[in-house]
Amino acid sequence: MKGFWRDAVEFFPILLNGVALTIIVTIGSLLLSTVLGLVWAMMRVSGIKALSMLSASLINVIRGIPIIVLLFYLYFVMPDLGVTLSALQAAILGLGIAYSAYQAENFRAGIEAIDKGQIEAAQSIGMGWWLTMRRVVLPQAVRIVLPPYGNVMIMMLKDSSQASTITVAELALQGKLIASSTFKNTSVFTLVALMYLTMSIPLILLVRHFEKRAGKR
Amino acid sequence: MIELSDVHKSFGKVEVLKGITASVEKGEVVCIIGPSGSGKSTILRCINGLESYDRGEISVEGLRVDRDAPSIVNIRTQVSMVFQRFNLFPHRTALENVIEGPLFVKKEPRAQVLERGRALLAQVGLAEKADAHPPQLSGGQQQRVAIARALAMQPKAILFDEPTSALDPELVGDVLGVMRKLADDGMTMVVVTHEMGFARDVADRVLFIDGGVIVEQGPAKSVLNQPQHARTQDFLRRVLHPL
Repeated sequence: MKGFWRDAVEFFPILLNGVALTIIVTIGSLLLSTVLGLVWAMMRVSGIKALSMLSASLINVIRGIPIIVLLFYLYFVMPDLGVTLSALQAAILGLGIAYSAYQAENFRAGIEAIDKGQIEAAQSIGMGWWLTMRRVVLPQAVRIVLPPYGNVMIMMLKDSSQASTITVAELALQGKLIASSTFKNTSVFTLVALMYLTMSIPLILLVRHFEKRAGKR
Repeated sequence: MIELSDVHKSFGKVEVLKGITASVEKGEVVCIIGPSGSGKSTILRCINGLESYDRGEISVEGLRVDRDAPSIVNIRTQVSMVFQRFNLFPHRTALENVIEGPLFVKKEPRAQVLERGRALLAQVGLAEKADAHPPQLSGGQQQRVAIARALAMQPKAILFDEPTSALDPELVGDVLGVMRKLADDGMTMVVVTHEMGFARDVADRVLFIDGGVIVEQGPAKSVLNQPQHARTQDFLRRVLHPL
């Protein structure tokens, strides 16, 4: 135990660099997946057949490819096609695209859970599709969507470790590098696990808060 | 003002409207009565384009109702609708519900809309509930907010789709009272209802619909007191004397 604390003090600053990258990857891909997910969901509920079919097939393609393969593709294959991405860019793009499929399905479920009477009331005062979405449907859907959205945030935080496979020196990779040069596997990976857990706990509490609020109505 | 001529409408294989021809004049109160499933509500929903219709023509002030044409917005801002289940926006206050249309659809100046919104809430007896959210209001209060929301659009006519059917019996009177006042003020109204007392006292004309056709129509008192058609007689007997 004493050894662990000594190691912890020594490795913590190095691992913090990894934490910074983990947070950057998580937030970046969260934003990207949210925007893309919203676009897919809007296409899906647009009522325009071509758009909704395009979105449905996109979602299925994305869902059917493992995140790690998507990352390899963006990082190792895109340069052959003339598009060179930095490891960080590829990680954010890959995770963002991969998660956009789940976000889209989540958003769509939230939108479709809104009572049809709400949409009719909006139409009956002359609102068009976009105004109905913006003023009536989306504000109500947010409440329904937030708890699963929080869960996606937790999953993304953990899945950001997959960026290590394309050389992004985030927390998991930093840990692996230290461990393989010092052979202090137990100390290092225990520390890494604790640091992920520390970052997850606020998110877990946030989800609980969302769930309580959603249950009120 | 509202004209329907030979309107047909099917849901799948079921034909719910089998040639409806009727008209509503400016300032007139028309009640539509009939058994459930007779197509009463569908008529209202076709008039403001919530449903499409298959054949025939509906027009409002000479403008053809086509729910896929841009002109439908124009029609909907002229003909408001009050729903059986209120359909207030639960995430907005009573006042916000009322001003939503004028503010965001008609883009009227906020100060003017706010003033009108408060006045309308006062008119339906809910001035002190302006900042309440719909879930905090009783059914009767919600429906009165919904009527204020319809009025806020300054419509030429209001369609009421069984406005009191979802209310506890003791709350029905408040809503009917507000509607009666509107009628007295000369509002053009089409009301689908099971409230025969309201129809008799307030309506100028009553249409009795059964099986997707207008079976009988005429001045409210004559249709309700001396129905000519056997189906009307049978329906009224069952509604007025259920035991």
